[in-house]
Amino acid sequence: MSIMMELDRGCSNLREYGNEQSLLSKPDGSSTFVQGDTSILAGVYGPAEVKVSKEIYDRATVEVLIQPKMGLPGVRERAREQCARETCEAALLLTLHPRSSVTVILQFGSLSNCQLPSCCLNATCMALMDAGLPMSHLFCSVTCAISKDGQIITDPTALQEKESRALLTFAIDSVEHNVLMSSTKGSFSLQELQRCIAISQRASEQIFQFYRESVKR
Amino acid sequence: MAAGFKTAEPLEYHRSFLKENCRPDGRELGEFRPTTLNTSSISTADGSALVKIGNTTVICGIKAELTVPPSDAPNRGYIVPNVDLPPLCSSKFRPGPPGEQAQAASQFIADVIESSDLINMEELCIEKSKLCWVLYCDIMCLDYDGNLLDACIIVLLAALKNAQLPEVTINKETDLAEADIQKKKPLKIHRHPVGSSFAVFDDSVILVDPTAEEESLSTALLTVVTDEEDRLCAVHKPGGTSLSGEKLQHCINRAITRNKEIRKLVDKVTESTKTAK
Repeated sequence: MSIMMELDRGCSNLREYGNEQSLLSKPDGSSTFVQGDTSILAGVYGPAEVKVSKEIYDRATVEVLIQPKMGLPGVRERAREQCARETCEAALLLTLHPRSSVTVILQFGSLSNCQLPSCCLNATCMALMDAGLPMSHLFCSVTCAISKDGQIITDPTALQEKESRALLTFAIDSVEHNVLMSSTKGSFSLQELQRCIAISQRASEQIFQFYRESVKR
Repeated sequence: MAAGFKTAEPLEYHRSFLKENCRPDGRELGEFRPTTLNTSSISTADGSALVKIGNTTVICGIKAELTVPPSDAPNRGYIVPNVDLPPLCSSKFRPGPPGEQAQAASQFIADVIESSDLINMEELCIEKSKLCWVLYCDIMCLDYDGNLLDACIIVLLAALKNAQLPEVTINKETDLAEADIQKKKPLKIHRHPVGSSFAVFDDSVILVDPTAEEESLSTALLTVVTDEEDRLCAVHKPGGTSLSGEKLQHCINRAITRNKEIRKLVDKVTESTKTAK
């Protein structure tokens, strides 16, 4: 079941999102997430067996593996894996599955680098939902770009990203709408940060609504 | 007796201190550990520095090499930071290829260098499309007791301020580069980014400058990097439990104060090396 939605171009100005769930037969949960030109395929295996060296006595071990479209995963992918892993660890109820593993594999489907960390996290959340893993809250990710003249743009295109002065990516949780993950590039002032967080929190409502509608179908 | 309690119930042990608004090592919640800095630690490197934040010891050595600029940026040089966490610094790091923490730290430092505009890369270029400097910054942790990212940023900044590069001219006849080792110039540092790390404990208490134990028990970690104009160069929170707006605000204010303290330290050390020469 695939869904394409033209989201309301209101104050948050988000573009088209696409999502398809349960498309792979082997993983326990899978999902693709398409944001503009960027598409990512996520597969989740879990709770499954874990290597004795990696097992934790009272919680599940979460592993995230990122595969770029071309080439081997490098240092940048490792940093993204760490962000995704820690966000999942906070959202999943890991103590329900001690001494087991939850593995999330993300495969980049497009060469476009636009909004990559956001798309990774959104795809991960939808795949975790598809796998039916117990979570205390959902999370979604929004990217904000601050242009050279101080304007804040949500959901920037690749061109807007390149010309921006700063790029901020936040993961927002669904219960309290607080910041779960923050990753920034470029320099910005405190006021700009606060405005971006407020805008991301508003935009996250639309994404959570999209999640609900995808799952309903 | 306390040692037994600490091993059996580490979380409860820390909570009993936090109830009294202090920490096992006697610090307040908002207090950084004593920071010491030493430059020119490695005589064979072009620039080096060693920093100790409490027990965490990090050393940085800078080697400058000449190379051809990349084709997509022919008028700029580049900096390659690399953070190494050898098995020496802590029992949780095994020998072999760099683990996730080391790679994530290297990526973070590379992002901070780019975001904060630390050095104008165009000043590293000697001749467009032909020759430029590449600065290999090797950051190695000698003793890991938490707060790695702050230490890496301070040591990198101090090492770059300490670095001296020879003047390079291109001989018109042979078209080869000639480096004059007698004439050395320091690098021009535009911005002074300083990081402050925080650990969120039990979703509510924020600890400044966590030790390795506090990091392992925390539910989230946050690093804020500010520069001297109070602009934020990085707000790095790689997941973990959520943080409300006011707590984030509080952390950023603390980071801004820390920036001033560290800048004074780095300036003092740089001045003392100049007068010593």
